[in-house]
Amino acid sequence: MILIQAPFLNLQALLDGLMVGSIFALVAYGMALVWGVMNIINVAQGEYVILGGYITFSIYKLGIPAFYGMPFSFLFLFILGYILYRLIIFRVVDKDMFISILATFGISIVIQQFMNMAFGSQVETALSGLGTIFFFEGNITIALVKVFSFVISILGAIAVIYFMKTSKLGRAIRATAQNPRAARILGVDTEKVYAYTYAINAGICGLAGSLVAMTYTLHPYIGLPYTVRSFMIVIVAGLGNIPGVLASGLGLGAIEEFSAYALGSEYRIGFIFLLLVVILVYRSKKLAKRREYLK
Amino acid sequence: MTNILEVNNVSKYFGGVKANEDISLNIEQGSIVGLIGPNGSGKTTLFNSIVGTHPIDKGSIKFEGTELSTLLVNEIPPLGLLRTFQQTKIYGQMTCMMNMKISKKTSNNYFSMFEKIPKELDEEAEQILSFVGLYEKRHLRAGELSFGQQKLLELAMALMNEPKMLMLDEPTAGINPTLINGIIDRLIKINDKYKITLFVIEHNMRVVMNLVQHVYCMAHGKLLADGKPEEIKNNKKVIDAYLGAH
Amino acid sequence: MSDKKEITGLTFLILLGLFSPLVLPNYRVQLSELWIFMVFASTWNIQGGKMGYNSFGNIIFFGLGMYICASTQIAYAFDLAEWTEAGGVKTFVHSTSQYFSSLPLGLILAGLIPALIAGVLGSLLLGLRGHYFAIGTLGLGIAAGEFATSVQIWGGGMGMTVPVWPKVDGKDLEIFGGSMNFFYSLSFLLFVMVFFTLRWLYKTRFGLILTAIRDNEDKAEAMGVPTMRYKVSGWIVSAFFMGIAGGLYGNINGYIEPTEVAFAGATFGVYMVLMTILGGKGTLWGPIIGAIIFQVFKEFFWTYFLGWQSVALGFLIIIIVVFFPEGLMGWLRGKRPEWFGEIVDKNARLAQVKINTND
Repeated sequence: MILIQAPFLNLQALLDGLMVGSIFALVAYGMALVWGVMNIINVAQGEYVILGGYITFSIYKLGIPAFYGMPFSFLFLFILGYILYRLIIFRVVDKDMFISILATFGISIVIQQFMNMAFGSQVETALSGLGTIFFFEGNITIALVKVFSFVISILGAIAVIYFMKTSKLGRAIRATAQNPRAARILGVDTEKVYAYTYAINAGICGLAGSLVAMTYTLHPYIGLPYTVRSFMIVIVAGLGNIPGVLASGLGLGAIEEFSAYALGSEYRIGFIFLLLVVILVYRSKKLAKRREYLK
Repeated sequence: MTNILEVNNVSKYFGGVKANEDISLNIEQGSIVGLIGPNGSGKTTLFNSIVGTHPIDKGSIKFEGTELSTLLVNEIPPLGLLRTFQQTKIYGQMTCMMNMKISKKTSNNYFSMFEKIPKELDEEAEQILSFVGLYEKRHLRAGELSFGQQKLLELAMALMNEPKMLMLDEPTAGINPTLINGIIDRLIKINDKYKITLFVIEHNMRVVMNLVQHVYCMAHGKLLADGKPEEIKNNKKVIDAYLGAH
Repeated sequence: MSDKKEITGLTFLILLGLFSPLVLPNYRVQLSELWIFMVFASTWNIQGGKMGYNSFGNIIFFGLGMYICASTQIAYAFDLAEWTEAGGVKTFVHSTSQYFSSLPLGLILAGLIPALIAGVLGSLLLGLRGHYFAIGTLGLGIAAGEFATSVQIWGGGMGMTVPVWPKVDGKDLEIFGGSMNFFYSLSFLLFVMVFFTLRWLYKTRFGLILTAIRDNEDKAEAMGVPTMRYKVSGWIVSAFFMGIAGGLYGNINGYIEPTEVAFAGATFGVYMVLMTILGGKGTLWGPIIGAIIFQVFKEFFWTYFLGWQSVALGFLIIIIVVFFPEGLMGWLRGKRPEWFGEIVDKNARLAQVKINTND
């Protein structure tokens, strides 16, 4: 098979996979945050990412170097996330999870279509102007912007984790995640915590989207694959397992790249969704052996 | 008398926690047996192990000779063994009557799914509901009942299923104290008239003294002592377990 | 619901079915769609409403049925690969007998094959609970659309056309009232079949167990109910009818395209959920009412949204799900519980439990 006979292809796929996987891990961490704290699966996760990407793209179009788009993407999405929480999400936080899935699904459709109308349905990239380095006589190419994304993703994740551990809001968030009632009794304003958690998640997505815009491509309809990827990573790693999220994210990136080489890139999206189903079924069968089920 | 339930050297671990360690006990057919012990001693875990809510790590559990530990949760009730839950589990959006009617035992035949619910079940359901004192509430949604009333509904639903043995997890918890005597009478009646074996987890010592014929006491996942209620009441190890250790 | 109300409702539906194509002949396609939408919502309701398993994947059976029916119709008389190669150039025309033999065969297969697939898929996926099932089926629904775009014999991304109504001397055959009326009647008939099947089903043990699974699946298992059997059977029923609906819709629409027409998760897939919740999930009539309201709204007001339709759909989802999760029937149930066979007796609510210790 091709994979076995071409070590360079393997290495290339692996490297590309790890670099894209770091972005997946970042987005997955955000999803795990909202899921763990508020018990909401944010189906609009991918759309936040792409929207963040378009913000950076717009900045790039104004002639400003794309990198400066990163803080804008983060901030814009942070504010948007906060507003959406205060307007919509707060109403579904304590309800059946399916209601929140549908509500965030509705939000994702609105954002998706808005992006389609505002930015058009052609594929876009915000060029970063960074070069490429070549190894092994051109057999391995590493786009420097991918390395940049990788580094930023990791730094971004570390920053958020540090914030969670040390800041007052961060500790309030963690307390609420463990026991909302107790937190409330101890004086934590859980509504505020939820709003900021959702906003932080949106911001993380925005930042990730900014990286996607520079490193890969944007299109109004590629939000859902990002949502599905984060979901897969979270269920494989488990809520609260931060190193697991990172590892699974990188792993998923690698698997995607290898499958793109093996099956052809037009199957990439279909493959992702099928992988989701396979993971879920495998998980549930394994748990069923222990007479349990995925909760 | 034969043993209807035989638990042999059952152990269950949750990670590093030894929830049940080497538990062995036998329940005689037609008897009323109690299971007591301080909180966290592993009583509900043992119940869960017996009815298949989770697999056991060691040991065997036999009900009328059939090995339970390899069966799925829904394969055990048809054998005649039912349990009620500490945190009541009922069908909240459905009326009490409907809760009762679908608790009736049916054949395992695939097409029995599509049978109409016979009218005669209404009468049987009302009879049992009246027996536990819920007759007036029979058309209310089960989710609207109080905790204590839901416990009674669970008991009624279990009776509807015509079990040979009933495992009750704290049947009097949450019940108005003035009604507890009525519950004790009911349980004795169920055992006496319908020959249903009872295995009861209880914290209320008055209930234990007046209801059960034999008591097992657990602490820290192990079986501490067993014997007649009077003996257990005065057993030093049992007293220590409840008063000491924490 | 009480019998008198049911008879009124049924009479209304039958009148609507029989006379609407006569009163609004220009809307026959939309009316056919209405009955198909009712099938969408009613079958989705088996999983989403009655059983509490919200499925984003029922659209798979619709799409499969569509392709299977058309493929059967075409392959009956011609070479399927050649047909799709020709891509819309209508060089192949069915004879009358070919058309009316292949169509029923196509519809039957459109029902049976998805039903079979539901059986297999269900035994894998229905072990998943709640939101895992929802997102898993979401993945499946989208994967189906993506993979259909690469099936060359089905026309790949371009899709394929459906056999044309047989012509005599260049004009459409005037049999069965013409193709429009014919397919309208079939759509209506399908709905009637679905209605009475579900009405019967919900009155049996099956219906009651589904709601028990929704309310407390653990309890049902603990009481000895073989839940998988019920869950999978329910999905098979949905798949069967969705498949036939797909076969009909393909013929009405004239062409089949993988992501917008067949496995149209973003439109039909969402509609079925929306309609059911709007009308009131978990009831027999909720999905029907929801479908009527939705279709009427869509036809009359959609043009005003011009281009913003999908955005409006998103907003609609949010509004309905957040503010009216119980739907019309739920609202009605609160106001008039007697209509639903429930007795809310204030005294019974307050009365203490009384155990008669004398007997």
